Amino acid sequence: MSIEILMPALSPTMEEGTLAKWLIKEGDSVDSGDVIAEIETDKATMEVEAVEEGVVAKLLVEEGAENVQVNAVIALLAEDGEDVADVDVAPASAAPAPAAAADPTPAIDERPAMMAANVAVLAEPDVPEGTTFTATTVRDALRDAMAEEMRRDETVFVIGEEVAEYQGAYKVTRELLQEFGAKRVVDTPITEHGFAGLAVGAAFNGLRPVVEFMTFNFAMQAIDHIINSAAKTLYMSGGQMGCPIVFRGPNGAASRVGAQHSHDYASWYANVPGLKVVAPYDAADAKALLKAAIRDPNPVVFLEHELIYGESFDVPNLDDHVLPIGKAKIRREGTDVTISAHSRMVGYALEAADILAGEGISAEVIDLRTIRPLDTETVVNSVKKTNRIVCAEEGWGRCGVGAEVAAVVTAEAFDYLDAPPARVHQKDVPLPYAGNLEALSLPGVDDIVQAAKSVCYAG
Amino acid sequence: MRNMAAKRASKTKSASTADKAQLLQYYSEMLMMRRFEEKAGQLYGMGLIAGFCHLYIGQEAVVVGVQNALEEGDQVITGYRDHAHMLACGMEARGVMAELTGREGGYSRGKGGSMHMFSREKNFYGGHGIVGAQVSIGTGLAFADRYKDNKKIAVAYFGDGAANQGQVYESFNMAKLWDLPIIYVIENNQYAMGTAVKRASSETELHKRGISFGIPGEAVDGMDVEAVRKAADKAAKHTRSGKGPYILEMKTYRYRGHSMSDPAKYRPREEVDEMRSHHDPIDHIKALLLDRGYATEDDLKAIDKKTKAVVNDSAEFAKTSPEPDPSELWTDVLVEV
Repeated sequence: MSIEILMPALSPTMEEGTLAKWLIKEGDSVDSGDVIAEIETDKATMEVEAVEEGVVAKLLVEEGAENVQVNAVIALLAEDGEDVADVDVAPASAAPAPAAAADPTPAIDERPAMMAANVAVLAEPDVPEGTTFTATTVRDALRDAMAEEMRRDETVFVIGEEVAEYQGAYKVTRELLQEFGAKRVVDTPITEHGFAGLAVGAAFNGLRPVVEFMTFNFAMQAIDHIINSAAKTLYMSGGQMGCPIVFRGPNGAASRVGAQHSHDYASWYANVPGLKVVAPYDAADAKALLKAAIRDPNPVVFLEHELIYGESFDVPNLDDHVLPIGKAKIRREGTDVTISAHSRMVGYALEAADILAGEGISAEVIDLRTIRPLDTETVVNSVKKTNRIVCAEEGWGRCGVGAEVAAVVTAEAFDYLDAPPARVHQKDVPLPYAGNLEALSLPGVDDIVQAAKSVCYAG
Repeated sequence: MRNMAAKRASKTKSASTADKAQLLQYYSEMLMMRRFEEKAGQLYGMGLIAGFCHLYIGQEAVVVGVQNALEEGDQVITGYRDHAHMLACGMEARGVMAELTGREGGYSRGKGGSMHMFSREKNFYGGHGIVGAQVSIGTGLAFADRYKDNKKIAVAYFGDGAANQGQVYESFNMAKLWDLPIIYVIENNQYAMGTAVKRASSETELHKRGISFGIPGEAVDGMDVEAVRKAADKAAKHTRSGKGPYILEMKTYRYRGHSMSDPAKYRPREEVDEMRSHHDPIDHIKALLLDRGYATEDDLKAIDKKTKAVVNDSAEFAKTSPEPDPSELWTDVLVEV
């Protein structure tokens, strides 16, 4: 058997090329790795190396030949022990095209139905009758969630800047060091890119890191690891490399800290398959959802809000209260307009609903709680009842969470809408420092009230 | 006297038996990588492998020498020039080649490609396409080893190009701060894509890059598998004993372009020829095997034949394994809860 040398493809786009020069002649012995020819591609002149060893029996394409098709036989090698004279000259026809190019698989546009809607069957655990509640700040509820999960699972640890001895830049990790020690409450240098990557590696190797970013603004240093390493690796590994990790910290506007410390990243992370994105409002949800996030086998981006850390809410006194990620909550029922919101904007939406009630408009407030996966069913069902929606968020509107909610509602409840969806969001400028300008830039209760009135044509 | 002499003779004999077995193993492993990569290049030329494909030809002594210094359960992570590392970890040639062709039988079931393959079973943690990312992630593997106190170590391989990434130094800092069990293997093949080390690095002796963190480092002839092994043994002992990270700079060379579409015009042909002709890691071991009388030309031919058979089998498998089922599009995005 002689060995065929084929015209190689030397770039992803090359279909044909010029055989510029032969560097071997018939009768030569070649080893694998020897340069045998120069070929001009659409981009450059490349050297071609032999991949087998043998004696050159025939050169089938003349030097200088143009438009030689990729995969055409250009030369024949006699194998070890074979007589060069015995080698048959095969016709210089193109080898069959690779199967991959021949028959493109039809694209599948939608996730199969069976996998799409598991959010709908997520059952929210009941808070049994007679349960007592304790007024707890969001800050302490988050701490309690971490402490409970660390007691439950030795592999859970907290890592970040100032999480241990300083007790947390915002005191969210207060007293964790005292209970769990420095091995499990790890102060890092100021090195977001590095410690995010380190935590991803620890998660690959069997631990469950809870990574605190002092604020999500600084997580931009680390976003490569959050997305390229944590979110995509499970898929790229064919399901082998799960990454159970939580990235948490305050997100969005604080108070008078300027543009670099006030960015809401909900829509950024929500854009990425392979991540879950949670943004709770009250203390009970913050605790129960952070517990769920820590137990989740996937990377979870957990967006907190500095301006509600200190607010108190009733938290049920239950041993192990965990909420499903991916389930929205109807915070207030209503009949005239739906207001969707997450994180701090839920509080504004509830205030707006009070004002609207005084003007005879009954608003239903949906706390999205999770941005990915998005509980579209709860939103769509609400709109089918109210026929109107205001999508509120603190961040910029372009390609925002509200834009996504509005698109879903438009697609799935178009015939039910009595008005185009309205959006409430930050003005399209970096957040200014000056008090008056900051207030002008951020969305507030009045903006939601006005938007609700306008979709009710009560303006 | 006579007794002692006899003892010495027997010791020498057993040492030489071990030496022979070791050299033959190095030779077989390096040859497998060489033939595998040549075949991958060939399949790329036939259009069966697409996209990016970075070949390891020339650098084989590095991964073979280092991997032979590791213990069962130690973890390995590298960048995108990863095919040989997977073979060195004991991953099957078939599964690697079929991933290159994007088929169902590939390690990532066709969803990763050349740069993204993994094996939990073999403790191979990728295959990473973002230059330098494997250094932070690898440091995290070592963090988990120390957390679990399992006496295992991690090895993070990266190139001279990655050595200029910021996260490498963030990782060095934490690794030494916490004395994590990790060896950083810098595969200095002289060119980051087409940029020579001296055109990109203010300090070209990359093993010195750990000095300001207190991490010991040394330069090693990465074309000599025995030198690599010796250095790796030392580094592994150091880091496994709890003394923290160690840097090995392997001076090596890649014969092929950065990727398949690179005509390598940034270096003279003579430079490549010089390395190939006088510093080839496989020729070097071949000569030792023949010189020391451990093998004959025929023995080596037999190894070559066996190697080719495995590689050809992997290519055949990679060509005939079906494309992934369309339903695979939707799997493995999240671990289903």
